[in-house]
Amino acid sequence: MEIPEDLLYTEQHEWAHVEEKIVTVGITDFAQSQLGDIVYLDLPKEGTEVSAEDTFGVVESVKAVSDLYAPVSGRVVDVNTSLADSPSLVNDDPYNEGWMIKIQMDSAGNPELKHLLASSAYEELVEGQESSEDGMEKELAGDEDE
Amino acid sequence: MNTNQTVTVSEKLLFERSTKNRVGVSFPPLDVPEKKPHGSLLRKNLDLPELSEPDVVRHYTRLSHWNFSIDQNFYPLGSCTMKYNPKINEWGARHEAFSLLHPNAPEDSVQGALELMWELQEMLKELSGMDGVTLLPLAGAQGEFTGLKLIRAFHENNKQTRNKILIPDTAHGTNPATCTLAGFEVLKIPTTGEGLLSIEHIQKSLSHDVAALMVTNPNTLGYWEENLKEIADLLHKNGSLVYCDGANFNAFVGLAKMRDCGVDVMHINLHKTFSTPHGGGGPGSGPVAFIKKLEPFQPTPIIKKESEKFSLDWNKSQSIGALSTFYGNFGMLIRAYIYMKTLGIEGLKHMSHMAVLNANYIRARLKKYYDLPFPRKFCLHETIFSDKKQTPYGVTTLDIAKRLLDFGYHPPTIYFPLVVKGALMIEPTESESKQTLDDFCDTMIHIAGEAQKNPQLLKKAPYNTRVRRVDEVRAARNPILTYKLSSTAEE
Amino acid sequence: MKYIPHTQEEIQSMLSTIGVERLEDIFPQALKQKIDFHFPHALSELEIKKKISDLGLKNKTQYSSFLGGGAYQHFIPEVVDTLSSRSEFSTAYTPYQPEASQGTLQSLFEFQTMIAHLTGMEISNASMYELASACAEAILMALRIQKNRKKVLIAGNIHPRYQQTCLTFLKEQDMEVEWVPYHQETGQIDLTHLSSKLNENVACLLIQSPNYFGVLEPLKEIHQSLKNHGALFITAISDLTSLGLFEPPGSFGADIVVGEAQSLGNPVSFGGPYIGILTSKMDYVRQLPGRLVGETVDLDGKRAFTLTLNTREQHIRREKATSNICTNQNLCALRTSIYLATLGKQGLKEVAVQNYSKTEFAKEVFSKIKNVQLRFSGNTYNEFIYKTPLSNKEVLEKLKEKNILGGLNLSEGILSCFTELTTKEDILYYAQNLKDIVS
Repeated sequence: MEIPEDLLYTEQHEWAHVEEKIVTVGITDFAQSQLGDIVYLDLPKEGTEVSAEDTFGVVESVKAVSDLYAPVSGRVVDVNTSLADSPSLVNDDPYNEGWMIKIQMDSAGNPELKHLLASSAYEELVEGQESSEDGMEKELAGDEDE
Repeated sequence: MNTNQTVTVSEKLLFERSTKNRVGVSFPPLDVPEKKPHGSLLRKNLDLPELSEPDVVRHYTRLSHWNFSIDQNFYPLGSCTMKYNPKINEWGARHEAFSLLHPNAPEDSVQGALELMWELQEMLKELSGMDGVTLLPLAGAQGEFTGLKLIRAFHENNKQTRNKILIPDTAHGTNPATCTLAGFEVLKIPTTGEGLLSIEHIQKSLSHDVAALMVTNPNTLGYWEENLKEIADLLHKNGSLVYCDGANFNAFVGLAKMRDCGVDVMHINLHKTFSTPHGGGGPGSGPVAFIKKLEPFQPTPIIKKESEKFSLDWNKSQSIGALSTFYGNFGMLIRAYIYMKTLGIEGLKHMSHMAVLNANYIRARLKKYYDLPFPRKFCLHETIFSDKKQTPYGVTTLDIAKRLLDFGYHPPTIYFPLVVKGALMIEPTESESKQTLDDFCDTMIHIAGEAQKNPQLLKKAPYNTRVRRVDEVRAARNPILTYKLSSTAEE
Repeated sequence: MKYIPHTQEEIQSMLSTIGVERLEDIFPQALKQKIDFHFPHALSELEIKKKISDLGLKNKTQYSSFLGGGAYQHFIPEVVDTLSSRSEFSTAYTPYQPEASQGTLQSLFEFQTMIAHLTGMEISNASMYELASACAEAILMALRIQKNRKKVLIAGNIHPRYQQTCLTFLKEQDMEVEWVPYHQETGQIDLTHLSSKLNENVACLLIQSPNYFGVLEPLKEIHQSLKNHGALFITAISDLTSLGLFEPPGSFGADIVVGEAQSLGNPVSFGGPYIGILTSKMDYVRQLPGRLVGETVDLDGKRAFTLTLNTREQHIRREKATSNICTNQNLCALRTSIYLATLGKQGLKEVAVQNYSKTEFAKEVFSKIKNVQLRFSGNTYNEFIYKTPLSNKEVLEKLKEKNILGGLNLSEGILSCFTELTTKEDILYYAQNLKDIVS
């Protein structure tokens, strides 16, 4: 399981790469492996305002859906449009080609950044979840009808 | 190995079989002058396949061979109650005195149909212990919607705004989906280590916002909610109501009345408990039974009986309104009516007894080989295993399910309930004999052995079905939802 | 008990495997009580057959019927019953396991294709319950697509039960419904009124064509006005055989088309089970309610079909699902497919031409009767409304005495329906009696 040291993480398995006021966001290697083959992403349009800890989109595999949470507040200034045709990029290369959105924060010293996890803390979180039964929060299918 | 396997003739799509100017039907010559609409109203292209009657017959007969079905296979789908569908029920539904009856025909010409519906309502009232029944809901999910609307109407009538519904984490997906549709917010209630609802959890969740508890009894782990009466008392004291999802009615028909457990409203799936065929995914039928307090709000029309004459009442000022164009899935009502009449109360009790016996028998035979989560001594009509014992070999519930297909068994319900990781939910129903259950258990034990010795074999199963494991990722990434015709102008 | 195989010996042997002595030992206390039930005694097959036949005799089906209004009597070829009764179809479950359900899945893929073509739309789901609730689902879908628009327009001339059902389903949603009145002369939606109600807050308009009065709506003109305001265009069709003759809504820019496919191979059966259809543009696929079948391949690369885009549905999305629907009317969808495959291009056109021609003939004959007036001037398909100086009730009662079910009693007049099952003789007999009654 790859957890790059230079990134920050949310408890909901998003990673954040901070460069001045611009924060690039995607989901972690752990998250993509839990979801399985990703088939669809619902991402916001450029210019959308997002708030820290609120959902900004949805990622879907064949039988699982997971909300995407914004690590920081700000305005979406770029969206990875190639994911529309190739959602598998998130599986193949979650930290590079699989990036999802770029958020512009109001200021570079945004205090929200302090709430994010460092790689070591995130690693602990993942280890805990791997051994427990819950795993990441996602909605998985059961095939039954009314 | 698999009895389903006929010589695998490839059967093209209807459109690929189509030949220009072929016809499969004949009509009497038009006995009035032919007229057509003018100009832009007249249809230019009509792309339908062109086939002869034998083309059509062969096509669908071949397709039918590619299905598993109750009449060919054991179908232990948990929560779905795949029991035998008696043939006499089909005869009744096709009876021309009913199938040719127009829903807008005058009341005095549909008395037989109304009497049948009335009697069916009476039987369902008696089995649930409730005061009223509506047959209108077209499926279980619509039954849930009806029940929640009744609950909303009841509170509104008392000038109360209550927006929360308590739902256990073992609930069917329709329960929360219906809450949203009916404008409620869901409050998830955790299941205890014993696989039951706890009085403490409920107590903690109660507030003046809570409209109702939506509970499935027995729950989807196959256990009777032993504290339900006490829990219902708590809700009632709080001014809230109790809704029961009747998906698992097959466990207790004639053994308990849901009313006595403190339930105020429940839906009943005729396509599960009362043997109307699933039809490959519908039509279903989801009547709703309710207590007196909810009666004024029931959907319209309502069947009335006055001195042996039946009529339909369309105007009820407090009613939640219409659910569909007519009177529910009437053809399904005939089938359920015949089934209940054929069994009688003793037959229905025996049905539930044998359904529970069968599930416990499978549980006893397989518990050494498959992990039993939330273990209790006995289950009711269904038993839930998990793939925990197979996980060390890299074998999952999905692999076990797919391997079962090779032996001619439809897999159990998988990955549900959500509280069990890798759930295998087995509901044998009362229709299956000891021999069938023994053969199934032997196969399950065989597969558990394969999982240890040759996990790769399972990963690629099935081998003997019409198609091998299907690429669902490809289907979802690039949806192809219709056959692309090369359209040609006709006129 | 003939449906339950257990012998006493088997029960004992099973109990001993379970490790108990008596059956009641495996039940919780709550299920061991003695409860009284007032319940009819069990009937043998012989007795239940007699019971059903006796109930059937209490229905009267000897009439010459001109009833329509949401349920239509059409000819159903015998192959539809024969093939759809095959228990490999009827006793199967929802095709969640594609390897064991290619028969159902392929037939649904063909259904989706034929229904999409019939309505002139890009995609169709695998069916809905029936039309009234499909109308409600179509509006809910439009509201999801048009997230920030909160007004729903519904034509006042759609079937009243469709109107009421929509209200039941929309009541808890954050939106408001406005009714668009109809033109008193044509019976069509009033275009001037429609224009006056359109603005940037209107999510969609729902119309029915032919409408409840049997009159075809001016789809092209309606689409023109909606387009300018970005409102979605939903058309409902209660008798889909009409599309054998008329240009489909898809050709006039409809965004969503819902319909009742009862007419396509399903008996009137006292109101159900029927089958709704829901079709739309591909752009809206993520907001479509209900099941969808897609084409893919299996492990060996062979063509295969599977349920797809499941994440929209309740068993995954739970409270965030597009709908709580989880069944389709699969067996009715199968009947519809077999019907369409058997009739094909020529057959469906023939049905439509016969319906249209007989109705035109009836209009001509009726309009010549003194004191009988056709209510609306708009084009019709197989239903129309007429008025007489007498009360509708009186006319219908008197027709019934002559073994004629003349139609539905609406505030605008009597709605009568004529299909390929209606003969010229039937029409003339109806006209003769009507003439006797009103003159």
